[in-house]
Amino acid sequence: MALRALAARKSLAGSGFQRILGARGLQTFSLPDLPYDYGALEPAISAEIMQLHHQKHHQAYITNYNKALEQLDAAIAKGDASAVVKLQSAIKFNGGGHVNHSIFWNNLSPVKEGGGEPPHSSLGWAIDQSFGSFDALITKMNAEGAGLQGSGWVWLALDKELKKVVVETTANQDPLVTKGASLVPLLGIDVWEHAYYLQYKNVRPDYLKNIWKVINWKYASQVYEKESA
Amino acid sequence: MLSSLTRAMLSSSSPPPSSHLLLTHSSHCLKTPNLSHRQCKQQKRWTHGSQRASRVVAYYGLKEPPYKLDALEPYMSRRTLEVHWGGHHRNYLEGLNKQLEKSDILYGYTFDELVKATYNNGNPLPEFNNAAQVWNHDFFWESMQPGGGDMPKLGVLEQIEKDFGSYTSFREKFIEAALTLFGSGWVWLVLKREERQLKIVRTSNAICPLVWDDIPIICLDMWEHAYYLDYKNERGKYVDTFMNHLVSWNAAMVRMARAEAFVNLGEPNIPVA
Repeated sequence: MALRALAARKSLAGSGFQRILGARGLQTFSLPDLPYDYGALEPAISAEIMQLHHQKHHQAYITNYNKALEQLDAAIAKGDASAVVKLQSAIKFNGGGHVNHSIFWNNLSPVKEGGGEPPHSSLGWAIDQSFGSFDALITKMNAEGAGLQGSGWVWLALDKELKKVVVETTANQDPLVTKGASLVPLLGIDVWEHAYYLQYKNVRPDYLKNIWKVINWKYASQVYEKESA
Repeated sequence: MLSSLTRAMLSSSSPPPSSHLLLTHSSHCLKTPNLSHRQCKQQKRWTHGSQRASRVVAYYGLKEPPYKLDALEPYMSRRTLEVHWGGHHRNYLEGLNKQLEKSDILYGYTFDELVKATYNNGNPLPEFNNAAQVWNHDFFWESMQPGGGDMPKLGVLEQIEKDFGSYTSFREKFIEAALTLFGSGWVWLVLKREERQLKIVRTSNAICPLVWDDIPIICLDMWEHAYYLDYKNERGKYVDTFMNHLVSWNAAMVRMARAEAFVNLGEPNIPVA
């Protein structure tokens, strides 16, 4: 764990996917390291959940995504249109899972590294504009997250066309773009049960209340400033 | 119906009735055509305290699983039953009762009918999620038993062999369906009325095959809350354990027997002389 802390201090800003070129030049994906220890987000999110979430769930999405990409590659090479179409749901699910979780790890940071500190400057202002106040945003996201039926994500997004920040939800592992091509994710909260069950059991509202203590607003502000420039 | 509407309009403080308003209210009340004889929501608004006392609504009670909460150990822990039944299932039920309190249009349905009515042919009403999840979970507890698993027998086995080739083939298909389900959902063995065949069906979130008029025989909850405390992310182990130690083929037999009253599964065996 200490080694991981020393060696894995790479920034995951932007696209931090590590790519390994496969045998035929097909780019496959591998699990990005977390920028903090598994236990660093306690007590908001337990170390057990972080480890399972990262090493098992995210890894599974990546493994299955790579598999689906290989099958897609083969189907495209053969010109098998129906096989290509059939693979789309597996790609959307597993690829979406990989994309979403990669963003999620960046959205969290330990309290001693600034986790939980509300945003200032342009993002803070934009939030006040759209929602009235920072607290109103939290209330809205918690309500949307708690009300989401089944599995999914709740997002704070920048709508590049409308030039304002909005709250959106997506089902299962659908990436945010499925809700609008001009949406850029700033913050995503995983409300799949695996993200909180061991610690909060069925009380999803408690998980949502506590996760704000470790939300990395610095990263969200960076993305906001870059995308709204 | 029209006179009570007019009465409601006149006694409320809303603007004078115009043909536009009347249309809106009646279209709201006639949302489900076969309920036109029931009281519509508008009428409730002007009822006073005394009227409220005579209003009848339906409430449902939380059905217990047909075994003690620790009876499925070590395959499904007591803790899981406590949180799954006592937490999730109970919340769906209490949510449903709260919703039904506000609406008496949904009064008078049997539970099966309530699920189908709230599904509203694919445009689910807000009550659907709660109603269907209560139904699904009731069905799920009854689809398991202590000392379950093993193999189906008699008629159920015959039908499975007829429709899947063999029990092993059915089992493989069922497990595969469970493991390739994306997101939250359920896996079902249903008897299809038209085709008169057993089929494996997957549904998302709260959807229940009742809404397609199929007859469910067995179900498996693949929402993460069903297995996370016991198996964490190891879905495969959960599904295997369900097939090996939990599934109640006795319940399946009872349901199949009842289904045969509605679906003609085979030609009667008429002895010759």
